[in-house]
Amino acid sequence: MKLAILFSGGKDSTLSLHRAVEKETVSCLITIISKNKASFMFHTPNIDITKLQAEALELPLIQRLTEGKPEEELKDLKEAIGEAADDFGIEGVVTGAIESVYQAERIQRICHERDLWCFNPLWKRDQQDLLEEILERNFEVIISGVFAYPLDESWLGKTLDKSLVERLLRLGREYKISPSGEGGEIETTVLDAPLFRRKIRIQEASVQMEKTSGTYVIRKAGFVQK
Amino acid sequence: MILIVDMNSKKDSLGFSEFVLPIVSIVSPFQEPAVKHYLELDDRSTKDCDRIILSGNALKDDVSLRHPENFDWLMKCEKPVLGICAGMQMLGLAFGCRLKESLGIGMTQIRTVKANPLFSLAFRAYGLHNCTLEPCEVFDVLAESESGIEAVKHRQKQMYGVLFHPEVRNKEIIERFLMM
Repeated sequence: MKLAILFSGGKDSTLSLHRAVEKETVSCLITIISKNKASFMFHTPNIDITKLQAEALELPLIQRLTEGKPEEELKDLKEAIGEAADDFGIEGVVTGAIESVYQAERIQRICHERDLWCFNPLWKRDQQDLLEEILERNFEVIISGVFAYPLDESWLGKTLDKSLVERLLRLGREYKISPSGEGGEIETTVLDAPLFRRKIRIQEASVQMEKTSGTYVIRKAGFVQK
Repeated sequence: MILIVDMNSKKDSLGFSEFVLPIVSIVSPFQEPAVKHYLELDDRSTKDCDRIILSGNALKDDVSLRHPENFDWLMKCEKPVLGICAGMQMLGLAFGCRLKESLGIGMTQIRTVKANPLFSLAFRAYGLHNCTLEPCEVFDVLAESESGIEAVKHRQKQMYGVLFHPEVRNKEIIERFLMM
C-alpha cells in the first residue's frame, strides 16, 4: 500500500515514518506550515527544516502554508492530501498522533472523505516506551521548543539522550507534564535517523524566549555524510 | 489467559499497533494476554483462554466483515467475549444479525438504555465506524447514540459488543469486562 506521512520533522512523525516503512511503501511526506504558533493540529518550530529532512530521506515532500485558523487549516491539509493522492497515488495517510483525539478525528474525517486509509502507529503508546524506542533506534533529536514550566531555555538545542529522557520523565511525574511533549510541552527536530541517507548539521541557530515559551530557531543547516 | 483477537485484515499490519496494542496495555496488568490474528484461530486457542476480546480495525478495513464464516467458532463459544467496533459488528454477523450504515468518527455521546456490568448512565466515547448492528432478536441493546446502537449483549451468552473504542477513552469498560 502506498502511503503519505504527515511529517512535522519532529520525533513522533519520524518514528511513524520508520514504522510505516517496515510494513508498507511510503511514497511522500506532507508538511503543513502553520502561521499560527498555537495550532492544535500542526507542530510549528523549525518546520522549514522538513525540506532538508525530505532530501536526507530521499522522499518527495508536499508543503502547504496555512494561516492556521482552526478548521480552515484542515482545508489546507485536505488539499495537500489530495495532491498526494493525485500525484503519488497514495492509498493511505500515516500520522504521529499518540493521544490527541482532536487531531486523530480530523485526519480520519479527511481520509474518509478522500476514501483513504488512515494509520496512527503510535496511538495510545506509553510515552516512556516511545522515548526509549527513539533512543534504541539511534535517532538524533534536539529539543527545538519548550512551552511549559519548568522547561526553560537551558533545554533548547539539547540532544535527546538517556539522561535527558530521564529528566523529562522525572519532570513528567513532578509537574504532570507529558514527557514526550504530547500536550505541546516540548517540540523536537530530528537531525538523523536510520532512514536518513545524510545527517543534518546545524550551522547557525538562536534561542528565542517569550515568557515561558522558547524556540530554538535553526537559521542555517546543511548535510554531512553518515 | 485473555485472548485478544487481531481483527486487522493483514497479520502484523500497521493497524496492529493502533487497534491491538492499546488493548494489550490495558489487559496486561490483569493477566498476560495472548494475541492471535483472526485467521490463526483454532479450537484450541479459543478453548484455552478465559475470556476473549475482539479488537477493532481501520475505518476502511472491511475484509473480516466480508467473511463472517471465519467466526463460526463464536456460535459454539461459551467464554465471555467483548467485541470492540469491528469486533461487535462481527459478533452480530456471526449470529445472523445485519449491519446498517452508520458513520461515526470522533467523540460521541452515549446513553445507557439497559443496566449492565460494564457501564452506566450517559458518557462520551470515541467512535470510528462505518456501520452498526440493526436490532435483532439475539442481542439486547445496552447503549445507543444519535447514530444508532452502540452496545449490545447476547441474550443467552456472556458476549458483549461495543461500537465505540473503550481502549481510547473509557478503558475502565475493558477492566470491568476482565473482572466480571
